[in-house]
Amino acid sequence: MNPNFLEFERPIAELEAKIEELRYVGDDNDLNISEEIQRLRAKSVSLTEQIFGNLSAWQIAQLARHPQRPYTLDYLEEIFTEFEELHGDRSFADDPAIVGGMARLEGRPVMVIGHQKGRDTREKVRRNFGMPRPEGYRKALRLMQMAERFRMPVLTFIDTPGAYPGVGAEERGQSEAIARNLEQMARLRTPIVCTVVGEGGSGGALAIGVGDRVMMLGYSTYSVISPEGCASILWKSADRAQDAAEAMGITARRLKELGLIDAVVAEPLGGAHRDPAAMAASLKAHILEQLGELDGDDVETLLANRYQRLMAVGNFKE
Amino acid sequence: MSWFEKLMPSRIRTDAEERSRNRSVPEGLWTKCGACNAVLYRPEVERSQEVCPKCDHHMRIPARSRLENLLDRGSAQEIGGQIKPVDVLRFRDSKKYKDRLSQAQKATGEDDALISMRGRLRGMPVVACAFEFEFMGGSMGSVVGERFVRAADLALEERMPFICFSASGGARMQEALFSLLQMAKTSAALGRLREAGVPYVSVMTDPTMGGVSASLSMLGDINVAEPGALIGFAGPRVIEQTVRETLPEGFQRAEFLLEHGVIDVIIDRREMRDRLSRILAMLCGEPSPEIKRLEQVDTA
Repeated sequence: MNPNFLEFERPIAELEAKIEELRYVGDDNDLNISEEIQRLRAKSVSLTEQIFGNLSAWQIAQLARHPQRPYTLDYLEEIFTEFEELHGDRSFADDPAIVGGMARLEGRPVMVIGHQKGRDTREKVRRNFGMPRPEGYRKALRLMQMAERFRMPVLTFIDTPGAYPGVGAEERGQSEAIARNLEQMARLRTPIVCTVVGEGGSGGALAIGVGDRVMMLGYSTYSVISPEGCASILWKSADRAQDAAEAMGITARRLKELGLIDAVVAEPLGGAHRDPAAMAASLKAHILEQLGELDGDDVETLLANRYQRLMAVGNFKE
Repeated sequence: MSWFEKLMPSRIRTDAEERSRNRSVPEGLWTKCGACNAVLYRPEVERSQEVCPKCDHHMRIPARSRLENLLDRGSAQEIGGQIKPVDVLRFRDSKKYKDRLSQAQKATGEDDALISMRGRLRGMPVVACAFEFEFMGGSMGSVVGERFVRAADLALEERMPFICFSASGGARMQEALFSLLQMAKTSAALGRLREAGVPYVSVMTDPTMGGVSASLSMLGDINVAEPGALIGFAGPRVIEQTVRETLPEGFQRAEFLLEHGVIDVIIDRREMRDRLSRILAMLCGEPSPEIKRLEQVDTA
């Protein structure tokens, strides 16, 4: 099977393989089989629609982690111009698991910050699989505060399995770095629009995820702990990750229903990786729309609304 | 056990005696230190606020005892006690969340894992809250977040110093993303105190991990820890599995954090009340509580 297909996409993969075969036959054969190919293509589309119309939370988690999924730098390329990457936290290091810098969005200067995973093995290791260390969060905070000074909106792209659980990260205050970002983002005097584009892994995601608007791509996930982690603690077995994914309600659709996010950005048929350009165009339109809404507010209103949104989260009785 | 042995203070007794006596210890009167295994006389341990008189090991204590130890006798008034948990997600793992809640409520006598109070600390009006670790590992869900924010709001409104004793495994998984977002909610509330110059002292006790550590616990104007407390973001086992090496001695303990510049100071529980009152008086520009005490003695 083509490795770009996930296990639950097997029927689609098989059909696509058949189409490839026929095309090959068609090339060096007089038989006109283009009609047959067209019929199979239509079938492939409807099969994809059928499978993707009814995905489980766990299947969506697989899509959110798809190796071909567009990452922050891919969106930077498609959505923005003049991206000027800025590095380092000014005190310890530059963390390649978070990228950030200035860019233009339809001509307007903005600050873009996002988690970055790697595509090939070397790059994956260099980017630490998108798991930031404290210096990554501190770089992000530095850039956000700079955006505040120069009146640029902040746009964040969230895609991480979580903050890195390592000895050095703990020594340098992983908890403090995350906590500081939460506190500062809540009162940063410039608009913030956050989008979960892949995995929204726990505190490591939230640390660049406090804003005036929070959006999620259709097949992204956002959760307090990974389904595997939750399963191994509550079910005492990582094999129950499917159940944990379902129970926690980690999908964009569910979280929108619960009122925890503002918008779901639909993905192209088969997922963002099938058509990254279309995905980026749609995401860009959504970001512009959200920013447009926020532009009408003066800073005090913006901050008051942001604070109220945070305070409103929670279920209890009294 | 003879009457003479009963009278003997715990620090005189030897290990050999203790080992032979372990199984015949009568319930309630004697207790064992989890760190040095010394058998301790219960009333003596209570007098020292559950700190082992032999090895200074700080045992975990209930939230209410914490606040009683801190606040002036008779001054405490609970706030936010009427806020109670609900299971909106109908979460069910190997057990229903609802059942876990009622079990924890029965075991601890509390409705959820955070207790908040207003009261006086050596005369100074303060707001203080404490995590109940026995309630689902002191995990933070909606009720913990809301009670914390109400306490912080009161502190801001009346410009009273705010103190929090944390003891928590992190965010409560059974409330899923609602729990994660309590990190942002509590941190935002603390941002307002910071802006207004109302002091917030965070006291991290054993253990303070995960989402609680990575939000309200690390945001103190002063970050205090109790000796030996385990404090960190990721649990030691998770880290060991990730880096595949054994962790350094004392890793993630209060002393380790102090050495790495993450916390301001380690304070022994038995001195906590006096030291916190002195620190807060300085932050508030108030006269020293020590002088006030001397004056009271003079006038008496």
